[in-house]
Amino acid sequence: MREFPRCPTAGLFQYYAALKIKPDPHPVSADNVVEIDRLSFGYNSGRQVLADINMRIPRGKVVAIMGQSGCGKTTLLRMMGGALRPSSGDVRVFGESLVHKKQDEIYRLRRRMSMLFQFGALFTDMSTFENVAFPMREHTRLDESMIRDLVLMKLHAVGLRGASHLMPSELSGGMARRVALARAIALDPELVMYDEPFAGLDPISLSVIGQLIRALNDALGATSIIVTHDVQESLKIVDYIYFVADGRIIAQGTADEVRSSQVPYVHQFVWGETDGPVPFQYPAPDYASHLGAGSKP
Amino acid sequence: MNPLAQLLRSIGARTIDGIWRLGFATRFLIATLSHTPAAFRRLHLTIREVYFSGVLSLTIIVVSGLFVGMVLGLQGYDTLVRFGATEALGVLVALSLVRELGPVVAALLFASRAGSAITAEIGLMKATEQLDAMDMMAIDPVARVVAPRFWGGVLSMPLLAAMFSATGILGGYLVGVVLIGVDSGQFWSQMQNSVNFRDDIVNGIIKSAVFGVAITWIAVFEGYEAPPTAEGVSRATTRTVVTSALVILALDFILTAFMFRGIG
Ligand SMILES: Nc1ncnc2c1ncn2[C@@H]1O[C@H](COP(=O)(O)OP(=O)(O)OP(=O)(O)O)[C@@H](O)[C@H]1O
Ligand SMILES: [Mg+2]
Repeated sequence: MREFPRCPTAGLFQYYAALKIKPDPHPVSADNVVEIDRLSFGYNSGRQVLADINMRIPRGKVVAIMGQSGCGKTTLLRMMGGALRPSSGDVRVFGESLVHKKQDEIYRLRRRMSMLFQFGALFTDMSTFENVAFPMREHTRLDESMIRDLVLMKLHAVGLRGASHLMPSELSGGMARRVALARAIALDPELVMYDEPFAGLDPISLSVIGQLIRALNDALGATSIIVTHDVQESLKIVDYIYFVADGRIIAQGTADEVRSSQVPYVHQFVWGETDGPVPFQYPAPDYASHLGAGSKP
Repeated sequence: MNPLAQLLRSIGARTIDGIWRLGFATRFLIATLSHTPAAFRRLHLTIREVYFSGVLSLTIIVVSGLFVGMVLGLQGYDTLVRFGATEALGVLVALSLVRELGPVVAALLFASRAGSAITAEIGLMKATEQLDAMDMMAIDPVARVVAPRFWGGVLSMPLLAAMFSATGILGGYLVGVVLIGVDSGQFWSQMQNSVNFRDDIVNGIIKSAVFGVAITWIAVFEGYEAPPTAEGVSRATTRTVVTSALVILALDFILTAFMFRGIG
């Protein structure tokens, strides 16, 4: 039996030596990895999904974005990844504006970041092992034995080293999500965006994954953005929190500020109260008249 | 608005819509073709698709070819015997297959077996965000997913049409010579004398290559443009088969008209 290192980032040095992309040799600790100014956006259907968003995500921090279902969190992450263009405003990642970039320039920036998709988005025609190996095979010239060790290390970190031969269809929802997480950190990116990393995890996996995200972030000097609904778990690991409601940032602060916040919205969200300023309903006409006979759906 | 105006409007809207789609499809084809070097540099990706589109279609192609050839043998004999020209059976079977039935029927089968599979696979990859995930990893899905499938299909189609014609001739032989008793020597020698390599075989290959490009182009485009839902993918798959069939038959007429030896 081979011994596998407990720390998921061991072996990093040889690994970077073999990578075509080198980590930034002069990391500036004080700057912002992501800067968003007065951003607004609507999908084709016309309804404005994001309005007047301003954000600063400093290097080395773990920042959470919280908000109700449908408030535009995934959309915001896609903006930061350059997959969607804002209708107005500016998005800068690693100091470069994404708004008028061509595809190859965006690809160059994307090689320094990665995203965990909300539904995993594992490649269904590849095994768990190949899914995690995929970014390495595509972007590096590592030899096969190195890839094997790295993949097993990443899978070990999410507790699924034994599942490396399974196909995505043979994984449970929570397992698939953890494999997707292993794939997202496969190349140790500088900026990792996690879209609901805790959804569908049991309490044990949940804290392990939370610790892992924090540990990875600190070990690599990376920056992490977590979109999540899990207030209590994320308060334990994040540095800063943005609250989004209805496409706007309505509150922000450090974990301690959030915990003790008396802002009604934040209070309601953090303590999960049903009664408060947060509307549970998607914008809709008045309930009573909507149910009344003869009205349109 | 009166019904006539409404009709005109809807015809106009559909026409404009169709032209938009054609424009998108053309740009998509150009994008795919621009990744051709990538598809051949990483040959294992393309070979894998040749396996999925070509090798896995072999059963249906071979079986259908055999039956079409056997039917041609029966029908051909029935007609030729009235003119006392049964020794021409080999020519009749071979020419019908190589010039016409081989490329066309193989293409129709290929569209429903491999084309629909390509559309469904790409459409599902899109619906489950696999293409987005790839894009986020700075890997162009058109290069990694579409181009190998396109070339896999384009390379497979002429080979499948050739297999179809070959097994068809075998089927004609089985019925004509083995079953009915046409002279075996005449069956083969007349065929050898009358089938011209350039005019018959090469033209047949050209047809099947053109069909191959058309079918795989339609299949990858429909998959890539499918709305990311179960319903969207199933509709796209249907459209691939229907559009391919119509395009194959229309192209067949055009190509045959150009290749027709009676003109010029
Ligand atoms: N492709 C799309 N086309 C049109 N509208 C969309 C699209 N994707 C999302 N929307 C709309 O944008 C809004 C925000 O969606 P988004 O996916 O960003 O929400 P979210 O905050 O991630 O929600 P959840 O927590 O449920 O994942 C929703 O109201 C949704 O209706
Ligand atoms: Mg979301």
